[in-house]
Amino acid sequence: MSTKRIVVVSAGLSVPSSTRLLADMLADAASRAVNARGVEVEVEHIDLRGLAHALTDNLLTGFPSAELKKAIDAVHRADGVIAVTPVFSASYSGLFKTFFDVLETGVLDGKPVLAAATAGTARHSLVIEHALRPLFAYLHAIVVPTGVFAATEDFAAAGTGAEGDLQKRVERAAAELAALLGSPTGATGAAPAVAQRRLVEDEFESPTDFATLLKRASDGPPEY
Amino acid sequence: MGMQFGIFTVGDVTTDPTTGITPTEHERIKATVAIAKKAEEVGLDVFATGEHHNPPFIASNPTATLAYIGAQTEKIILSTSTTLITTTDPVLIAEDYAKIQHLLDGRVDLMMGRGNTGPVYPWFGKDIRQGINLAVENYALLRQLWTETNVDWKGRFRTPLQGYTSTPRPLDGVAPFVWHGSIRSPEIAEQAAYYGDGFFHNHIFWPSSHAAQMINLYRQRFEHYGHGAADQAIVGLGGQFFMRKNSQDAINEFRPYFDNAPVYGHGPSLEDFMEATPLTVGSPQQVIERTLQFHEYVGDYQRQLFLIDHAGLPLKTVLEQLDLYGEILPTLREEFAKLRKPGVPDAPTHAALVAKAGGPTDTALYGAGDDATGTTDRDLDDPEVAEILDGAL
Repeated sequence: MSTKRIVVVSAGLSVPSSTRLLADMLADAASRAVNARGVEVEVEHIDLRGLAHALTDNLLTGFPSAELKKAIDAVHRADGVIAVTPVFSASYSGLFKTFFDVLETGVLDGKPVLAAATAGTARHSLVIEHALRPLFAYLHAIVVPTGVFAATEDFAAAGTGAEGDLQKRVERAAAELAALLGSPTGATGAAPAVAQRRLVEDEFESPTDFATLLKRASDGPPEY
Repeated sequence: MGMQFGIFTVGDVTTDPTTGITPTEHERIKATVAIAKKAEEVGLDVFATGEHHNPPFIASNPTATLAYIGAQTEKIILSTSTTLITTTDPVLIAEDYAKIQHLLDGRVDLMMGRGNTGPVYPWFGKDIRQGINLAVENYALLRQLWTETNVDWKGRFRTPLQGYTSTPRPLDGVAPFVWHGSIRSPEIAEQAAYYGDGFFHNHIFWPSSHAAQMINLYRQRFEHYGHGAADQAIVGLGGQFFMRKNSQDAINEFRPYFDNAPVYGHGPSLEDFMEATPLTVGSPQQVIERTLQFHEYVGDYQRQLFLIDHAGLPLKTVLEQLDLYGEILPTLREEFAKLRKPGVPDAPTHAALVAKAGGPTDTALYGAGDDATGTTDRDLDDPEVAEILDGAL
């Protein structure tokens, strides 16, 4: 049985945070949904709070610290990503964005991503559509159709539990993510259909022959 | 000589954060000359200067700088760190460095680099997104200009050449040795390997794993292209140090420069950065030990250059660093020689290249040329020549 790796990136700042709480709900539901398809799953959590200094350093120096590199590599290797941010000033938080800013171009190509957000008020509920989806579309990820937004009131007693609205949205989004991750027989969702851009690592593993580089260099109309 | 040691500079004009004093351009230019002369005095083998065309740098026109330094030195090899092969016309590079070769009796080589300052490219009519393609096409032309006369050439990034002979011809018929420098573009390691040229990794500001990965690729591809075994490839490495007799003095003195430095300042702590990158701040013994560790992931290599004059360090301090460098130099030479496997090529020199070529040759064209191109092999029946004479070009 193949194992799927899900990495959960959450940008909550307090401990415990409602962002991490939503991340846990999504991770549990996704694990169950993937298992239900006969596929093993490994879940890894990345809490960006602990990487805040390292992320700023990466912006300044251009390379990640060892700990940050571990997190970036985990996302690179992941079969699917659950990304959860608090809403700050009508969008994802700066910390959340910084993590996706330091990823090498192409790392999220074709990767299924479940986007989720938390906020103090339901008035922010379209943040997934106007902020997170465009971000992940730019990064060539495949965002699952259901985004999960949770305001403070969604965590209130009336809305929680198996019958609660929030839990229903969580289950639906998790099922969609599981479908994109595919089944053990190899039948998969849309992910493999997406063209993967060549990463620097790919070039190291199988370098482009110099004859090709030479031909490529002069292949095009004059630029003088 | 098995291995060459030296320094490289990028010519930044940076405020000294401990005094608030910013050197004038004039002072920094003169300081560069003083540093190069001191490098020769303390026994170093190589001085290399970068090329920048934007403030806060004084590193434009490297050829004038190198010729001026060359006139005041006798032994030290002068090189570049780097020559911008993307935005500089290869026709000018061919002429300029062949000329310096003659003036300095072969005491010059070059390191090709692309330059990563986006706005500079359009000033020279280029586009940074074509960086790799520019480096590949321009260098192919540069080589042709150094090895052939009466060159006919057509490409993408500059106007065609018809019957062009670059003058003067390279000294003794042997082009200056070329290194290709790149931090993280495997295509450039591939380029260096393809031609059997040297590969240099700047090995500063970034984790040493980057250097190891690039050099490993270069060595493998060097062998792939039949220039020799992987461990016979010609490798150069950068590095950065700040030394005082007492390591705590070194750290205390360098910290404000580190904390405010261009590139990495206001970021990680000095201690974290020393661990993550090849930067060594400490006693001479610590610098010796750390430098010898480079060998563990790079293998035997031919050239070691250090950056010592950056981040606003005053000239006096830089000259003191050179004195200390001179003091550890015999140990570095001795210890690296002990590590060196037999069969590893010596560092490149003009004399060695001439010997390898089977002795000096004179490839100059001395016949009377024509006014248009200087060529002497004009065949009036050649339709292309007829076209030129008709004023087609």
